[in-house]
Amino acid sequence: MKGRTPWDEAQARAVIAAKSAEPGAVLPILHALQERFGYIDDAAIPAIAQALNLSKAEILGVVSFYHDFRRAPVDGATLKLCRAESCQALGCEDLVAHLGHAHGVEVDHADPSAPLVVETVYCLGNCALSPAALLDGEPIGRLDAQAIDEVVARAAEKRS
Amino acid sequence: MSARVTIPADSGAVSVGADRTARAIARQAQARGVEVSLVRTGSRGLYWLEPLVEVDTDEGRFAYGPMAPGDVPSLFDAGFPAAGAHPKALGLVDEIPYLKNQQRLIFSRCGVVDPLSLDDYLRHGGLAGLREAIALGPTRTIEEVVASGLRGRGGAGFPTGIKWRTVAGVAAEQKYVVCNADEGDSGTFADRMLMEGDPFTLIEGMAIAALAVGATKGYVYIRSEYPHAFALVSAALQRARAAGLLGASVLGSGRAFDIEARLGAGAYICGEETSLLESLEGKRGQVRAKPPLPAISGLFGKPTVVNNVLSFASTPWILAHGGNAYAEYGVGRSRGSQPFQLAGNVKRGGLVELAFGATIRQLVEDFGGGTRSGRPVRAVQVGGPLGAYFPQSLLDTPLDYEAMLAAKGMLGHGGLVVFDDTVDMARQARFAFSFCAAESCGKCTPCRIGSARGVETVDKIVAGRDRPQNIQLLRDLCEVLTDGSLCALGGLTPLPVLSALDHFPEDFLKDSPRAAAE
Repeated sequence: MKGRTPWDEAQARAVIAAKSAEPGAVLPILHALQERFGYIDDAAIPAIAQALNLSKAEILGVVSFYHDFRRAPVDGATLKLCRAESCQALGCEDLVAHLGHAHGVEVDHADPSAPLVVETVYCLGNCALSPAALLDGEPIGRLDAQAIDEVVARAAEKRS
Repeated sequence: MSARVTIPADSGAVSVGADRTARAIARQAQARGVEVSLVRTGSRGLYWLEPLVEVDTDEGRFAYGPMAPGDVPSLFDAGFPAAGAHPKALGLVDEIPYLKNQQRLIFSRCGVVDPLSLDDYLRHGGLAGLREAIALGPTRTIEEVVASGLRGRGGAGFPTGIKWRTVAGVAAEQKYVVCNADEGDSGTFADRMLMEGDPFTLIEGMAIAALAVGATKGYVYIRSEYPHAFALVSAALQRARAAGLLGASVLGSGRAFDIEARLGAGAYICGEETSLLESLEGKRGQVRAKPPLPAISGLFGKPTVVNNVLSFASTPWILAHGGNAYAEYGVGRSRGSQPFQLAGNVKRGGLVELAFGATIRQLVEDFGGGTRSGRPVRAVQVGGPLGAYFPQSLLDTPLDYEAMLAAKGMLGHGGLVVFDDTVDMARQARFAFSFCAAESCGKCTPCRIGSARGVETVDKIVAGRDRPQNIQLLRDLCEVLTDGSLCALGGLTPLPVLSALDHFPEDFLKDSPRAAAE
């Protein structure tokens, strides 16, 4: 299943080798690793550095710069919730509050007991249908408290 | 012959159920033994009507929307796919005023064609611009783009033709064409719509640029928040290669050019062109000091054209119709058309492509129909998170580069975000700083530190602590950011902050428990 393969050094090296000849290969490699394993394992850093003849510090610098790259696996669904201006104009912050008191889900806070992970993003380009979100890549427009309740219920069901 | 029915597969349309509606139509058609040929298109950009279902009739394309799956059985009862009376019937799509009153040069095919069908693309005028460019040769191609007056649609507004001429004039073994598809501004979605709805126009535009400047390799840098656009562009690139539109000899011209799609990784700053180049090179997306300009020393140190999606996508029309024909649209030094994007608290949100010159009010009231909440419009932010907030009294400002600058704002990527009278403008000013702090690349001090100090200072003002002094401090801080930042992120964050402070001072001066005590 996408993003759920357990970390495997040999597989990781194959993923890295397949892309290391590309110009500016670091981001394509990191995306490929995250797609396969769901996150960037610590052991990937020296492996990429070695393959590209760069320092570990340089690779770690890139991994930590970009919001997308995760350093630990995530269990369950991920909701990327837009909190930029257009979604603010239609109450996305009320949805953040609703997630907190109705479901005990704190945005941008990894909690293994929570039914899903909710991450802040700034703009999904669906601003004519704000508030907007992406649930594991599936776009949701005109999000409201009821839709949030459904998303949380579905995520909880999947996990149990 | 079975009726051609179109439903957008645009991610915005899908976000409100277009896939479910498409499945419902397929099921009903099968159950009733009615033959329909279902085609998934991009969106027309009339988002409040999504999912928008269209069917070919002798008079033109007849539209229904917004079509929930539950509306589908009654639609067939009303005689679908023949155009019939139905509560969701909108008439001929081209007669819908929102669409009829636009000047669609770039977006003429979006929502009309199958985005991945080159045959469709050719039937609707595709590749005429590239063929003309091949016939004209590099120098005359560039002269057409210069004559068009096209300016960079990413926000900076630099003349596209001049940029191309600079790159063409530099001797180098390797040159690049890079498309900035890192459309991170809140309230903008035109790049996404085009990539999902008509990606061949972007590919054609990049090929025109490449042949004009002598580049053989191109990159499209697409933000990771746009997975659908990335998939569509990648698929379109494969088809373009298979058809000889890209590769060793572009359309048989003997000139080589190919494009690779690259995915960003969630960094707003990578929409800044030099950060984007760093990111493409595999580094942290940190801004480079200019000079040297990317046109002289860009990707991997080579001369590079970096343009926005809409800039590239404008050039096929310009080449096909001539630079002068394009320059006939618009006002002053803002020539041609701009795809505006209406977003936020607005009744009819969507894409409105118009010749330059319309006012904010025309967009928000005539096209947008006011707020979705039904409350009065209080503020409109133009140009993304680094754009100014306009109050009611300035809504008659025309949307062109110079007029926006004169009003201490900027056009940016053409996004308009509408707020009703429940908005707290001090909170919006605070957000501008906190966004800048979150997305700063960290290279220059005014942006990295100043943004955090800005958040604190707004908090102090709102809390009622030494208000006159802290307001002065806020203005001083904005001056430092404006004058001392390396790029537009730090340099323009003062626009939303100061416009909020200047036009809505009452929101900063509300009674607070502390102010009352002092």
